[in-house]
Amino acid sequence: MDGNDEHVDLTQSKIEFISKPDKEIETELEIEDETKKSRKTKRVALFGQIVLGIVIIALWEILTRLKVIDPYYWSSPSLIVQTGLQVLKEGSLYTDLLYTAGATILGFILGTIGGAILGLSFWWSSLYSRITEPYMVAFNAIPKLALAPVLVILFGIGFNSKVVLAFMMTIIVTALAAYSGVKAVDQDLERLLYSLGAKRYHVFSKVVVPTSMPWIVSSLKINIALSLAGTIVGEFISAQHGIGRMILYAGQVMNINLVWVGVVVLSILSIVMYFGTLYLEKWLLKGH
Amino acid sequence: MAKLEVRKGSKVFKKDGQTIYALQETNMQIEDKKFVSIIGPSGCGKSTLFNIIAGLLKPSTGHVLLDGHDIVGKSGYVGYMLQKDLLLPWRTILDNIILGLEVKGVSKKDGRKRALPMLQKYGLKGFESHYPNELSGGMRQRAALLRTLLYDKDVILLDEPFGALDAQTRLLMQTWLLKIWEDFKKTILFVTHDIDEAIYLSDEIYVMSHRPGRMKAKVTVNLPRPRNELTLSHDSFIQLKQDLLAMLKEEQVT
Repeated sequence: MDGNDEHVDLTQSKIEFISKPDKEIETELEIEDETKKSRKTKRVALFGQIVLGIVIIALWEILTRLKVIDPYYWSSPSLIVQTGLQVLKEGSLYTDLLYTAGATILGFILGTIGGAILGLSFWWSSLYSRITEPYMVAFNAIPKLALAPVLVILFGIGFNSKVVLAFMMTIIVTALAAYSGVKAVDQDLERLLYSLGAKRYHVFSKVVVPTSMPWIVSSLKINIALSLAGTIVGEFISAQHGIGRMILYAGQVMNINLVWVGVVVLSILSIVMYFGTLYLEKWLLKGH
Repeated sequence: MAKLEVRKGSKVFKKDGQTIYALQETNMQIEDKKFVSIIGPSGCGKSTLFNIIAGLLKPSTGHVLLDGHDIVGKSGYVGYMLQKDLLLPWRTILDNIILGLEVKGVSKKDGRKRALPMLQKYGLKGFESHYPNELSGGMRQRAALLRTLLYDKDVILLDEPFGALDAQTRLLMQTWLLKIWEDFKKTILFVTHDIDEAIYLSDEIYVMSHRPGRMKAKVTVNLPRPRNELTLSHDSFIQLKQDLLAMLKEEQVT
């Protein structure tokens, strides 16, 4: 025991230095180029998307020609294009599209902006937001399309009633989304701004609005479908122009091909609006 | 006259019929250009005290005097920084730092002009136009502190600013903070529960008791400045550390 203690001094810590390797390690490295890789993935995905589209359209064409599915109800891509070109020549499709797109986009813009303002306004007073919230939720739950006949009587069979329908479809959804954003505002961030001597409007513009922006933006895509549905139903009920009116008329005269033309045009409209919102998103979420 | 004085400050509130003392009557006198730390067990009311000084919370009793003027319930008179860096994720570092100036009404352009040299001098060169999520925790805290400094108040409250950093970064940041403090000659009030940190940085240390919080002791740190890593192994540093550890041990929940 005694002898051991002399050799092993437990209180003595020791530092040993490890020398650097003389030469840099030479190996053949495989360097992954991340941008190249992601660009390639993107290209492959785009290619796949195009192929899938072509396959679906081709299947549709082939199956209807072979009468596997009934071409009377399902029409076919070639017939749709033919009918489409015909109504384009007659010129009525332009006017109809102009009415529908106009009402949808206007309703979409007014509803989204109005909803955002309404939702953000709840930040200013918790009493006001508490009193109003249940009514908002209730109003959101009402199938607003059921009110369409009343609205058409109220605002006339023209353009206005369709805008109002598209607006009503979108405003509350956006308001609730913006309100979720308001609720997610970091209390500490608010405290920080107050500690910097900020007034409420500073906190609102510098923290509340930017925090809520992703919530508001997330409602944009939903609003495309909602505003379009509002406009179409309005046109179904009563209208002189519009794709909705055209579809209704085509259905009544059993021109199923024309119904399909309407559906395709509406799809194209919503796709265009979708890319528009993508662009808008990028701009609104700068730095997010 | 003391730069900052807390006179009989306390905070009491009621919850579910129970009276809770967040802060018992507290008196503090902080002299100009001193570095003063407050240590104590968690939940002792350190943050409550800070919120009262910053004017974000109204005390149940008492006053806060800055240069002899009562600033109770008034925010914007002292700089304040929390453990969370609270940088706005949608703003670049430069634009985050000028936030206080913007609130004061300085234009973005002028604010940037003023902030840029400071940013470059204090270790954020090259990061001006980065977004907060691209920076490490230490860098973000630097930015948060520069934001507080640029707001340009004589008294700065720091609530565990390095609490979330790893030990090595923390030591770097402490040395960095001392340099800034010497350059800017501010009065700093610093909350921490790290005893080493408190001794290393401070002229004075207030020790708080367990809940309900009150000031239990005031320790004067007599270590030479400028301080560096060698200070940490100074005899009086170690002695002070042992004393403080013993004091805090008494405060542990039994």
